[in-house]
Amino acid sequence: MTVQLLRSVAERLQPPRSLFVPFLHGYPLDAPDEGKRQHAVLEAALQLLEISDFAAPVLVDFEPVVQ
Amino acid sequence: MGEFSELPLAIRAMLGVYRWRRIDPVPWAPLEKPLSESRLAIVSSAGFVQRGQPPFDETVLGGDFSFREIPSDLDVSELVDFHRSKSFDHTGMAQDPNLAFPLDRVRELAESGRIGSLARAHLSFMGSITAPGRLVRDTAPAAASTLVADDVDVALLVPV
Repeated sequence: MTVQLLRSVAERLQPPRSLFVPFLHGYPLDAPDEGKRQHAVLEAALQLLEISDFAAPVLVDFEPVVQ
Repeated sequence: MGEFSELPLAIRAMLGVYRWRRIDPVPWAPLEKPLSESRLAIVSSAGFVQRGQPPFDETVLGGDFSFREIPSDLDVSELVDFHRSKSFDHTGMAQDPNLAFPLDRVRELAESGRIGSLARAHLSFMGSITAPGRLVRDTAPAAASTLVADDVDVALLVPV
């Protein structure tokens, strides 16, 4: 599964499973030294593997939890 | 947020004529066992190398298409950024390499049982490759073989 910063790249390349993250380029897992926030991104990516009723390619938007 | 519009004009112009490669049909491999029994590897193109490994070579025309194996038990402070692109802010990755190569995070996932185990070594690429033919033909199959030989079930791709 792919953590994807550039949505238009995912739309062009169509990897099997992509999680589009709304962060700045260079910040794919949200923020430095923020373990919980990084885990939130990883958990959303892992869940792409566990959902069986998707048809490839899968592109899901990550929704950060507003603190 | 990350989009073409935040990239420098020269990069946007290059991406406008870039020959995007796509596999058709889309390869689809369903998970064959629970994640809690699966082995995971990180595949990141953040350009990190382990201190002491050869750096990615900025002089390679079309971008350095090699990869590095990063030991799964490495301290993240031993990762050094050799990504050649100047089009994005490297500050975050320098402060915390987990931002683009989440070694600590995946170790925590394995410790908690969310995933079964980690690969012996994760893979690091340098993401600014404008001529990917050699990557596609030679390096990517070699990298995939490395993961297959290590019984990796899941690859976490973090393109940068």
